Amino acid sequence: MEYVGRIFVILISSILINNFVMSRFLGICPFLGVSKRVETAIGMGAAVTFVMAMTSLITYIVQYAILEPLGLKYLQTIIFILVIASLVQFVEMVVQKASPTLYQALGVYLPLITTNCAVLGVAIINIDEKYDLIQALFNGVGAALGFTLAIVLFAGIRERLELSDIPKPLKGFPIALITAGLMSVAFLGFQGLIK
Amino acid sequence: MEKILLSLLSLGGMGFLFGAVLAFASKRFAVEKDPRAEAIREVLPGANCGACGYPGCDGFAEAVASGRAPVDGCTVGGSPVAVRVGSIMGVEVKQKERVIAHVLCQGDCHNAVNKYQYKGIQDCVAASMLAGGPKGCSYGCLGLGTCVKVCPFDAIHISDGSIAVVDRDKCTGCGKCVEACPKNLIELIPESNLVQVLCISKDPGKQVRENCKVGCIGCRLCLKACQFEAIDFVDNLARIRYDKCVNCMVCAEKCPTGAIYAHFAKRKVAFIHENKCIGCTACKKVCKFEAIEGEPEQKHRVLPDRCTGCGQCVERCPVNAISLNVREH
Repeated sequence: MEYVGRIFVILISSILINNFVMSRFLGICPFLGVSKRVETAIGMGAAVTFVMAMTSLITYIVQYAILEPLGLKYLQTIIFILVIASLVQFVEMVVQKASPTLYQALGVYLPLITTNCAVLGVAIINIDEKYDLIQALFNGVGAALGFTLAIVLFAGIRERLELSDIPKPLKGFPIALITAGLMSVAFLGFQGLIK
Repeated sequence: MEKILLSLLSLGGMGFLFGAVLAFASKRFAVEKDPRAEAIREVLPGANCGACGYPGCDGFAEAVASGRAPVDGCTVGGSPVAVRVGSIMGVEVKQKERVIAHVLCQGDCHNAVNKYQYKGIQDCVAASMLAGGPKGCSYGCLGLGTCVKVCPFDAIHISDGSIAVVDRDKCTGCGKCVEACPKNLIELIPESNLVQVLCISKDPGKQVRENCKVGCIGCRLCLKACQFEAIDFVDNLARIRYDKCVNCMVCAEKCPTGAIYAHFAKRKVAFIHENKCIGCTACKKVCKFEAIEGEPEQKHRVLPDRCTGCGQCVERCPVNAISLNVREH
């Protein structure tokens, strides 16, 4: 029972408290790039969720089955990048087949998940925090859900911002960045939720 | 040594494994693309200039295949490409006339005066921000080559007199330079048109004369000379109406400043085939320049010195006895 509780804590913490975009400031590029419409934001979130969950699993296996026994820990970064890049390629093919509209809408940001630091970040945090396989998986899913939550909320706000009367110098990206900052402050309010 | 081998093996092995998975996935999840899009992409020039309104040739090809873009949308390829794209799509293509960019200014350093010496960034946009540029005439070509830089086909050069000149043979009419010119001096003109007013100055005649030797001073001599109502005057400035101009080049001859430029080398002359001529005098009556002589019932003759190559007689001749040839020099 305590184990389930611990997983729950990991999940809540990665979604709200240590939200990747809002608290750790990882994955800002797609956060700003694909958040103009809620629909594409959800698509991006789904793609990132899949990539992060798979990455957590595979990098965990790679780390403990290959790198540690062989004493090749220093290859961690490059091998993780290899894993992520292949996964993103895979996701790209699947999305192109399954939903051409989503593929069009995500555009360049889909292949850019490859270089999305959030994905590499979750893989490395899993190892650093010494999670086991289940915990790593939940941490990955949680982080991705946190990312999705942040990007969808942000897209909702930006859809409204499109229609509101904003002073000319602030139109477009400036107001979006200010909004992102305010959201970040709000998310930091979750700090201390779990002791 | 063992460590190097191990790391090589593990990294290479994983790369190989992932590669194999991806290769399998690319087969399994292959998306069928419209084969016509690829075929169209093959015949496009591949300049990716964006003149069609799509990000590049790939985007245009897909748009044509899905019916969103017209088959003759590629301005660079012109009608040859349009015909080939049309045959891929199974559509008949109307021949569209090629357009060529023209720099509507002749005010080079010999003809025009400068109001100050510009030593800033060598770019027309930058220069034009400083009181409209160094040229005395606020409409004139600055000659710093913004159009040269954007031209994807190397068709514009800066002449010795530091003014932009278009190479007619290389120009594809993509319109990049038209957008880039901060003075709006470049216009796309049908290839068949050989007469242009190379000045866009709306200043009063006196001021134009002070600034430039070859500017349009609004004297209207060309308007009087033109027999075909092909010249309009707007804001004290002559404009050729390309739909009415027959390339007789009389206006260019009459222009006192040389602001109207004509390709005299391509000027035509009428020629009467004697074996076909029946002496009906129809051509003589229609000629506005009295360039045809001959009595009724006799063979007619063209006076080459008077003929301007306007082609009115060719249209009029009931037996097709007249043809237009390029003048021999």
